[in-house]
Amino acid sequence: MSNDRPFNILLVEDDPADAFLARTAIRESKLVCDVHHMNDGDKALAFLRKQGSHVDSPRPDLVLLDLNMPGRDGRSVLAEMKKDSGLCDIPVVVLTTSDATSDIKTCYASGANSFVTKPVDLDGFLRAMRSIEDYWFQVVKLPH
Amino acid sequence: MESHFNILLVEDEAADACLVRLALRDAETHSELHHVSDGAEALAFVQRREERYATVPRPRLILLDLNMPRMNGREFLRHFRGDTSFNDIPVVVFSTSEYERDKESCFALGANDFVTKPVDIDEFIAAVKGIETRWMQASQIQD
Repeated sequence: MSNDRPFNILLVEDDPADAFLARTAIRESKLVCDVHHMNDGDKALAFLRKQGSHVDSPRPDLVLLDLNMPGRDGRSVLAEMKKDSGLCDIPVVVLTTSDATSDIKTCYASGANSFVTKPVDLDGFLRAMRSIEDYWFQVVKLPH
Repeated sequence: MESHFNILLVEDEAADACLVRLALRDAETHSELHHVSDGAEALAFVQRREERYATVPRPRLILLDLNMPRMNGREFLRHFRGDTSFNDIPVVVFSTSEYERDKESCFALGANDFVTKPVDIDEFIAAVKGIETRWMQASQIQD
């Protein structure tokens, strides 16, 4: 991985304490990251599409996505991303308090790359970060 | 090892500080409250810069008022978030302000949450308890 730019992570999370935990987990990973935090789904999509005040936003290397948020929820953000040819290849890790099998199935079916239960599972977070790190190492070996 | 959940309250209004203390005592969660009355004192506390702060614990949560003499909450945030060694300490702004632009500016300065102080005393106490419970949970997961 080239170290000349940070790894950009878009964190989509409405709960401030969970957002804090996610940032803590990210800091403990070895990646040099810029975390961009949006607290609802509409803002996340605006960030991804560089709309409004987000014209200069970087394309994230990874999206950490909460499922349950007021307004546009994580399921809807995931569905929008996966049908957008410009966004569908960005890896998405779904963060949720839900252990519901139906949620897990739906998210994988919608193209989520990984599923982490929060907030009881900070280790899971770190594992997800590491797997993404591995993924990233492999991806950047590909010729552009 | 059981460690106290140390909360640093940065608040110049004696009445508000008293209510926060009451709320936390009432909650019986055994948080330990430390109170300073402006941003400059809060910085001295977290940096253990002065002799009277030489042995104070590292707070697990900072509850921050915005409008204070000497150094206000925004200036405190700017200094505090400028030091990455404090990244693991969440800051919840607890202010009378209801303005969206105040919220946004605090988040931009690195606050982790913004809670408007309720005018009603019972709601005020419930708000403090809610903040304590939520962040105590997050802190336990970090350990």
